[in-house]
Amino acid sequence: MRLAITGLQVSFGDRRVVDLAELAIAEAEIVGLAGESGSGKSMTTLAVLGLANTVGARVDGSIRLDGTELTGLSQREMRAVRGRRIAAIFQSPALAFSPVFRVGSVVHRALRLHGMTKAEAAAAAQRAMRQVLLPPGLLDRYPSQLSGGQLQRVAIALALALRAEVLLADEPTSALDVTVQAEVLELLRDLRDQQGMSVLFISHDLAVVAELCDRVAIMQDGRIVEQGPTGQVVTAPASPYTAGLLAAVTRLGAGGGR
Amino acid sequence: MTPLPERGGRAPTPLLEITDLAVRFGPVRAVDGVSLRLAGGPFGLGLVGESGSGKTTIGRAVVRLVPVAGGQIRFEGKDVGALRGPALAGYRRAAQIVFQDPDNSLDPRIRVGASVAEPLIAHRVVARRLAAARARELLAEVGLGPEFAGRYPHQLSGGQRQRVAIARALSVQPRLLVLDEPTSALDVNAQARILALIARLRADRNLAYLLITHNLGIVSELCEQTAVLYLGRVVESGATSELLSTPAHPYTRALRSAVPAIDIAARSARVVLPGEPPDATSPPPGCVFHPRCPIAVDRCATEVPALRRVRPARLVACHRAEEVLAGAMEAAGQPLSSSREAGASGLAAEGSRSPGPAPADSGDGPHADRLR
Repeated sequence: MRLAITGLQVSFGDRRVVDLAELAIAEAEIVGLAGESGSGKSMTTLAVLGLANTVGARVDGSIRLDGTELTGLSQREMRAVRGRRIAAIFQSPALAFSPVFRVGSVVHRALRLHGMTKAEAAAAAQRAMRQVLLPPGLLDRYPSQLSGGQLQRVAIALALALRAEVLLADEPTSALDVTVQAEVLELLRDLRDQQGMSVLFISHDLAVVAELCDRVAIMQDGRIVEQGPTGQVVTAPASPYTAGLLAAVTRLGAGGGR
Repeated sequence: MTPLPERGGRAPTPLLEITDLAVRFGPVRAVDGVSLRLAGGPFGLGLVGESGSGKTTIGRAVVRLVPVAGGQIRFEGKDVGALRGPALAGYRRAAQIVFQDPDNSLDPRIRVGASVAEPLIAHRVVARRLAAARARELLAEVGLGPEFAGRYPHQLSGGQRQRVAIARALSVQPRLLVLDEPTSALDVNAQARILALIARLRADRNLAYLLITHNLGIVSELCEQTAVLYLGRVVESGATSELLSTPAHPYTRALRSAVPAIDIAARSARVVLPGEPPDATSPPPGCVFHPRCPIAVDRCATEVPALRRVRPARLVACHRAEEVLAGAMEAAGQPLSSSREAGASGLAAEGSRSPGPAPADSGDGPHADRLR
């Protein structure tokens, strides 16, 4: 397993917000983590990124990347992993870019910080932009001059340029139009199939999860109540909570004015 | 509770009639020649489209939040733009809007009960001393207990805040609601509860609403009629269930195919649109959709397609609508030249295409002729 989480507990004082027995992602696999607001999905992301302590949480348990234990690494050691080997994209791509810098300068700076020379960074950024099907010229623009879907793809390009092995995608399409969402989902599929990337896809929307993910874990109150191959979980949910989430999804042809 | 909309014995006057509406923001033609009709409640008209399609601007124009550059909006036969004084105040009661983000529509310093009571007092719906009690009744109607009246917005979840915003809109007994992405800021469970609330209120209060959303699943559940917008224009409109099961415009088809579905059988052939919607300051000549259209022909680049009737109660602005309806898009399903490299195929079929779910009876029939 490329990323293996076991016995992960995230707590604020006495309050345990994540109590995750086991979650693993293989190479070239997309695993969905689905649940309502407040179920602990995003805190799981922060814990994997080694950032949960920055919001005042305590993290116990084990997070292994290709067999290497990540919990217990110093912030300095973690910085070599975060962004570099485990990249993350979030719901609002606009927040990932400073509005006063050109998109390219944010990308270049991140690549330089991870040890690339100026020339390497420029070449890697251009190549990654083409991989996400964006014209490299967009790097010269400011974030406000790009659409939400384009910015999200630039954020993914940054992960590609750094050759990240694991991508944590926390509601990456929730703020996007449905047509743009379809493009981003297709891009994530391509990354899995062509780059062998492992993706943890976090969403409250089971329809999106069903379209994209190989396996899915359903989270409620910090715990995983069910996990398995996506087709099985969405067609024959074992947990009543999963069934409830499925029932909440809007469907086409449900009947006007029920 | 709410009086039935006046229809008289003659041909029914629509509750809301928008004719050739234009809204401009400087050089941007946000809305460009849109005509819509909305019957009296209970009735839902969905406005769908991507960001920048003009759907929100139409909703705001209806409640007079943005100036109108051309065309007319008539409510119960009266020109909304010409209303002044008491007639305008009456219209402001009759037509209410609920915004996407309840965080911005509720004052964080005012308790929820007082927020709901405020319009009751401002519009003199009830005597001031009765306003607090009436506010609690309204909160109960949207499923919030009396204890909520004393709370501040930040003490509520997003779904509960949206309920408060709906209660506030309902307080003045509107006949028309503009619901602008009422659930887009919520997670799916909270969304499902708000949609159920809207369905209940529409029956209880005989409400008509304009429901603005990018989510086709929502219009499928709550709207008899739907209009699809692209770059400020209506490209297709008709009975929702029929429009979604047999889209006649290639853009409707693309939107429809982009909706994620849990049931693999319900997934349709994916139509990938290359590029982004064009700049509304300089729309392309001919059909505004032609630069992204998978089936555009030469004529589309020069001749603007008129919105025309292709089936009873179905209007489409596409030169090739008949071919789309006859299944021409499948026939034309060769890979198209586009900027896509990996997995490039303008009309890649993913999985088998099913004809889509059967149209629900409640969706058309008696309502089918309500939208021109």
